[in-house]
Amino acid sequence: MKSMHIRAGAAAMTGALLLGACGGGPGASGGDFTGGKLVLAVLNDQSGVYKDASGPGSVKAVKMAVADYKKKYGDAAVVDDIEVTSADHQNKPDIANTKAQELYERKGADIILDVPTSSAALAVATQAKNHHKLFIDVSAATTQLTGARCNKYTFQWAYDTYMLANGTGTTVTENGDKNWQLIYPDYEFGQDMTKSFTKAIKGAGGTVQGAIPTPFPNDNFATFLTKAGSTKPDVIGTMQAGGDLINMVKQFNASGLKEKGIDLAVGLMLITDIHSLGVDQFAGTMFTDPWYWNMDKETRAWADRFQHETGTRPSFEHAGNYSAALQYLEAVQRAKTDKADAVVGELAGKKTNDVFLHNGEIRAKDHLVIHDTYLARVKKPSQVKEDWDYEDIVTTIPAAKAFPTAEESGCSM
Amino acid sequence: MNAVLQYAVQGLAAGSFYALAALGLAIIFGVLGVVNFAHGAFYMLGAVTAAVLLDTLGLTLWWSLLAVPVLMFVFGVVVERLFVQWLLRLDPLYNFLLTFGLTLVLVELVKQKYGVSGLPYKPPGILQGRAELAGVVLPRYQLFVFLFSVAICVLVWLLMTRTRVGMIVRASTEKPELTRALGVNVGRWVTPVFGFGVALAGLAGVLAAPFRAITADMGNNFAIILFAVVVIGGLGSIVGAVVAGFLVGLVEAFGQAYAPTFAQILIFVLMALIILVRPAGLFGREEATR
Repeated sequence: MKSMHIRAGAAAMTGALLLGACGGGPGASGGDFTGGKLVLAVLNDQSGVYKDASGPGSVKAVKMAVADYKKKYGDAAVVDDIEVTSADHQNKPDIANTKAQELYERKGADIILDVPTSSAALAVATQAKNHHKLFIDVSAATTQLTGARCNKYTFQWAYDTYMLANGTGTTVTENGDKNWQLIYPDYEFGQDMTKSFTKAIKGAGGTVQGAIPTPFPNDNFATFLTKAGSTKPDVIGTMQAGGDLINMVKQFNASGLKEKGIDLAVGLMLITDIHSLGVDQFAGTMFTDPWYWNMDKETRAWADRFQHETGTRPSFEHAGNYSAALQYLEAVQRAKTDKADAVVGELAGKKTNDVFLHNGEIRAKDHLVIHDTYLARVKKPSQVKEDWDYEDIVTTIPAAKAFPTAEESGCSM
Repeated sequence: MNAVLQYAVQGLAAGSFYALAALGLAIIFGVLGVVNFAHGAFYMLGAVTAAVLLDTLGLTLWWSLLAVPVLMFVFGVVVERLFVQWLLRLDPLYNFLLTFGLTLVLVELVKQKYGVSGLPYKPPGILQGRAELAGVVLPRYQLFVFLFSVAICVLVWLLMTRTRVGMIVRASTEKPELTRALGVNVGRWVTPVFGFGVALAGLAGVLAAPFRAITADMGNNFAIILFAVVVIGGLGSIVGAVVAGFLVGLVEAFGQAYAPTFAQILIFVLMALIILVRPAGLFGREEATR
């Protein structure tokens, strides 16, 4: 009799242990949520070169999305306990890989957001696929995430190299700068951008006179610029980013190429770059921007809130993280669960608008989020009316034209 | 021909930064026997200080060229008194590690205070634009950097050869034991020499401010090339550091022009070749390496 009790007890204990190992049954709040709560994790660069453009500001933006969700649904919200956590991947793919595992397995993350640096984002995409959990990329630009290496659980929210190259390359060529010289850092992003730019320029009827690789990082571009200028191009396109971009622009301005009528087009530029170098140095530079804080009343109101929280104006990466988190929470609300497959089902194919996404569509076929993007020109110092008022929006590039088509992206899930 | 001349001046301008900073590195190594890994960080601090002085006090480049080296000298003296001096009697590796650690701390502090995207800097109007020399159009700022650093190198050379202080420094750089044996108190000069070397790195940083990105990381890559410069010139050789600085600048510029993919590798190929042929560097003496 006694031994039967013991056996039953042991069986119950084993069952409990097994359940625990599987991540537990229904949560404490009774809803269909693992551990009774929803966990959003921001994995990005908290200390290195991309800290200002995304970093802690993006964590804040995700928290703003959670606050807005709670305010909107109140008691009707399907989940009360929402946690926002963050980790620093130092832009290294190996660290991103371990951090993603840790977040999904031990921190109970339902979704990972942001992840700048393409190689790091690709590592996280693989973890998302293996763990059957969501990953929404905001800050990494490689087209592979929703192209050759796409998967069911990975979304690309803000931009990619195709969109940057297509926007700037095509529009600048069509506006009359037919002859290009390209200068690019000799690593994955730079090579990828150069390919996309070359394709876009040729497609618009222009020619690429030369493409010059540079070391990365590099602080001396004087000779590269002289060489690029020697073929008398209409425009020099630079794929440099961050500190290297600032080196490049300072030295371009000193080189005298501008006075000879040679324009500068920048592959990827963030508002934080303009802020750090000063608007006078960048004046006139053209680039493609997925979003700008001072576009309309709605973006401005959001930027005011963001500034109140962080002390700076938001970059497009900050706004992109807010939008991604908000749309994810909306999808969870509709699915009434944090189960990844159900949430993916709610996201895929959804057409939506928010402060970041204008005419947005979460494309079902490859999970690339397409939306209107903008060709921007940096203002002259005399046109700047307030801090961070740096950009003129030259053209709106409609969502369907800005991004590769689902066929072009070459994704099969 | 025009292009070659242009590359040459660009190379000399790039070499000016290396020459100035390497001069400081060589003097410190000579007198203290310290391989100062923090030299890149001191270069960065020079640029950051110039940017902060411009932003807060409105001090232009001209004033910064005076004020920053003085501030950096004081900073160097403090660092030497607080940290470096205690490890001087031990294996040189200890000070190498100390200065490496110091680099990490300084870079991180600047990141915490000023962020990572860099600080703006506006050069004086007179240095903007171009000048024409013998049919070659050159940015004025590059010419200025070159002339200025040559002037400083000449001044330092005069200081080293014409003054008593300089002679003591040179003597203790090249034959420390003998200098001590002759009754010269080498120890007295250790602290100011360290400060002087740091000031030169800071001066190179001020010169870089209008022309390069002012970020916490700007010294990291710079320091690595700086070590190649010092090895090429010969460890502890003051003339060698200057000559090698300009030489490396030229190699970099012509590399960028004719073999862009290999521009940075070429510097290290040159270093390897020179070590192979002259293990003590271009101007180093064999005994300096012992």
